[in-house]
Parts: sequence; C-alpha cells; structure tokens
Amino acid sequence: MNKSAHPDPFKKARTETGMGKMDDQNDPVKMVLGLKDVRKCAHNWKAFQSGAEPGRIVIPSEVNIRDTRQIPFEVDPPEHKGYRNLIEPWFKRPLEKEYQEKLKAIISTIIDEALAKDTVEVFGNFSLQLQSRALTLLLNIPFEESETWIGWGAHVFRSEESDLDADKANILYNYIDQEIEKAIANPGEDLYSVLLNSEIDGKKLTKEEVKGVMILTFAGGRDTVINSITNSIAYFSEHPASLKWLKENPEITNTAVEELIRYFSPLTQMGRVATKDTMVCEHAIKADTRISLCWASANRDERVFENPNEIVLDRKINPHIAFGFGTHNCLGATHARQIMHILLTTLAQKVSSIDLIDFKENIEELGDFKRKVGYDSITVKFNA
Amino acid sequence: MAKITFITTEKEEITLEASTGSVMQLAVDNNVPGIDGDCGGVCSCATCHVHVAPEHTAKTGEASEIETDMLELDDNANEYSRLCCQLEISEALDGLVLQVAESD
Ligand code: HEM
Ligand code: FES
Repeated sequence: MNKSAHPDPFKKARTETGMGKMDDQNDPVKMVLGLKDVRKCAHNWKAFQSGAEPGRIVIPSEVNIRDTRQIPFEVDPPEHKGYRNLIEPWFKRPLEKEYQEKLKAIISTIIDEALAKDTVEVFGNFSLQLQSRALTLLLNIPFEESETWIGWGAHVFRSEESDLDADKANILYNYIDQEIEKAIANPGEDLYSVLLNSEIDGKKLTKEEVKGVMILTFAGGRDTVINSITNSIAYFSEHPASLKWLKENPEITNTAVEELIRYFSPLTQMGRVATKDTMVCEHAIKADTRISLCWASANRDERVFENPNEIVLDRKINPHIAFGFGTHNCLGATHARQIMHILLTTLAQKVSSIDLIDFKENIEELGDFKRKVGYDSITVKFNA
Repeated sequence: MAKITFITTEKEEITLEASTGSVMQLAVDNNVPGIDGDCGGVCSCATCHVHVAPEHTAKTGEASEIETDMLELDDNANEYSRLCCQLEISEALDGLVLQVAESD
C-alpha cells in the first residue's frame, strides 16, 4: 500500500535548520522549507523579486533557453497588478456552468475510453489527453487543437537527455508566435485575440507581452495538471475504499481535491532573486542570489498539519500553499480545481477499482533531496 | 434562521438568510462581490476575508491561530478580520454585520 505514496524528503532539513540548498547551473539556490517562512518570503516581493532576468526564478533556470518575460509571473508590483487585473477575469471562466458542462464531457469520454481498454498507460494516454483537451476550454479555441499539443509529448522543456532542452522549448515558442500571427490576421474570441485587443493604462499589449502570457499558460498548466491527475489515479489504485467513500459522500469532494493537491504539491518550488543582503530564518542571503519558496516542503510542515504525510480526504482545515501565496498565487487554480473536482466525481461514479500494473517514478534531484513529483509512466487497468 | 448583512467594498448592503452552512458559502451562492471562496472553505485561499462589525465580535468569537497566521501578512487585515468560511451559520449569528475586506 505504498507504491502511490510521496515521501517527504525535506523533513530533516526543515526541522533542523529551516533551509536546504541545491546547485543549479552554477546559480545556487537556498531553499526555504517551513510554511510560515515561505509565506513571509512570498509576501516580501521587495526583498525577493520575481522580475529578475527572464527564466532565472524558474528551477532549473531557463535563462539560457528563454528571453521572453513570462507575464504576470516575472513581473513585480506595481506593474504586476495591471497585468493581473486584465487577465484574472478570463481565468475565472471555469466557474461558469457551461464551461463545467464541457469539461465534464471531456473527462467522461476519457474515462469511458479507459474503461473500454485492457490496460492504459496513464501519463501519456489519459492525463496528457485530459490536460490538453481541457486547455482548449481555457483558451477558448477549437477542441482539435489539442491534437497538436498531445503530439509534442509530455514535456515541453524536458527531453530524455536533459531537463532543459532548447530545441523542445522552441517548438512551443515558435508555435505561439505563429498562433499570435494567426489571431492578428483573423481575430476571434480566443485568449490570443482577447489579449491582443487589450490595453493597460491606454497602451495596447505588445506581441511580446502576449507571448509572455501564453508561454506561461502553456508551461505553468502542463506538468502540474498532468501530475495531479496521474498521481490521483495511482492513489485510487491503492485505495479503492476512497473511491467508494467519494461515491457515497460527494460532499467531501472539495476537501478531497484540496488534500490531494496539498499532498502531491505538483509544483515543488519556485525561485526568487534577493534584491539586497538579507536574512531568512537566521541564514544570510546575499544580494543577487536565489532563494526558492518550497511549496512541497511547506505543505508537509508538521507545525501546521496534523499527520502531514497522510492523505486525509476530509481534512477540514488545510492551509496549504500548493497554488502559491500572495501576489503571484496561481491564476490557473480555478481551472485546475475544476478539473480535479470533475475527475473525482466522475471516477467515483464510473470506476469501482483500478489495478496498478507497472510504473516508473519521476524523481526530482534537488541537491541532496530526492523528491517524487509523479510518474514517467504508469500502467493500470480501470474496472467499472 | 440567521440574518446576515454584508457591506461590500462599494458600500452596498446585502442581507441574506440561512440556517446552516458556512457564511462563505452563503455569500458565494448569492454572488456577494469580493467573497470568492476559491478553496471551498479549507482555509487556504483567504478570498473570504471580512471585518466583523466591532459590536458583533461576541457573536463570532475569535479567529483561530490558522486564520490569524493566514491574515498576518494581509495589509488589509485588522483585529476584526475573519475568514468567513470558518464562520458556521447558526441562530447565534442572527443580525451579524460583516464588511467585505478590500483585496490589496
Ligand atoms: C494543480 C495544478 C497547478 C499548480 C499546483 C500550480 C501552482 C502554482 C504556483 C505554486 C504558483 C505561484 C508561483 C510563484 O509564486 O512564483 C503558480 C502561479 C501561476 N500559475 Fe499555476 N499551478 C497549477 C496549474 C496552473 C494552470 C492550469 C495554469 C494555466 C493554464 C496556471 C497558471 C499560472 C500562472 C499564470 C501563474 C502566475 C500568476 C502570477 O504571477 O500572478 N497554473 N501556479
Ligand atoms: S474560502 Fe478559502 S480561506 Fe475561506
């Protein structure tokens, strides 16, 4: 019963010093591990900025493969606010009934197809499909476009050989350039067109700014959503009673979604660059060096969560920060939560058990820490 | 039944009635502007932040440590701040007045 578990590699460092460290392409990172400290640093954008050189706050750093600034992610207040206010209403569309009905149809179809098959490799033949098809709703573009994204394979930036593959990243960047040109020639009701027609303080967004938003939408919402889905399937394969519990008590679906997201913390960490010499829990941080906000460690903080390493589907108080905290908290959270909500309800209705057949874990190597973030592949059989 | 009044940041007064559930859910179900309830009430998002009318703090009781920790870093928080997903509706809340907090 522990193949689907995600152990917490940070406990010792978190309780002993509150900090961890790792190298990343000669731009080392001091990792902030406790929940309260992570919140404090996320809040303190003056000392710990997002608006550094594009790509630098990402770990592994993307400075060598990307020049476009991701928006609003790599922008600090006060400019951040203008972008965020512009984009936020669009990212709240998943709250609309019609959006949810369409999402439900997408998810039902995928589960029905999975039930009809003998075995399914979940990562590539379930989660990637679900994530890509759902993204067509968020961007408000034709469903068929998801075939293109599925064709890219699971990782937009990663290849077999390396965590950072410039050729792979360029597929995405060139694709977005091309889609922006199409939307200019032929404006519609899609996110590209809406952004191209938007203004902040009377100034139209430039192509480069639109590209910055779109790269983020593709990159931020891909692995995170795929891992949330895949890890949930793995969990239910080992816990059929949880599926039954959800079926008989659909009112726990909300706490279950939040708890799975806390436990999986699909985004392990995000960096910031110190703007001056400063301190984090008694550790000196030098100006122009990096810290990371380690959401995954914070979400197992034993000072905040009872039984932090257990999945408690009806956990009522769950102040997790899997979607970030403060200024940059996740814009895609409404979409991601809706996906998980409908996935859980539909699985509970249609699936009675899932047999785990074979799997290969995806382990992130973060200095001395090794963290399981998901699976490279996982084969299961869905039973009605 | 409890009658609960929300005063929005636009100074609009909205009075709603209910007998069960959380105050956040009541506000969300009735589209009270400024109460989003993104996390569905598990105390993770702070999009349900309100200020309790000073004369009504006895009705609501005190915020839990988890709530105060959440609000500690919120520039709009004060001693009357609550996350209203943590307020369970009952007769005791009848007549309660809540000011919806500004979000930075
Ligand atoms: C379960 C899935 C997801 C998780 C766990 C997650 C996690 C996060 C986290 C932790 C942050 C904060 C980053 C920081 O403070 O630097 C963030 C920001 C962001 N996420 Fe997500 N995310 C998820 C899904 C998505 C999706 C589906 C999208 C869009 C398609 C998305 C778009 C964004 C954007 C645009 C930001 C930046 C917001 C800003 O800078 O104001 N995310 N996400
Ligand atoms: S609804 Fe999220 S904290 Fe209250």
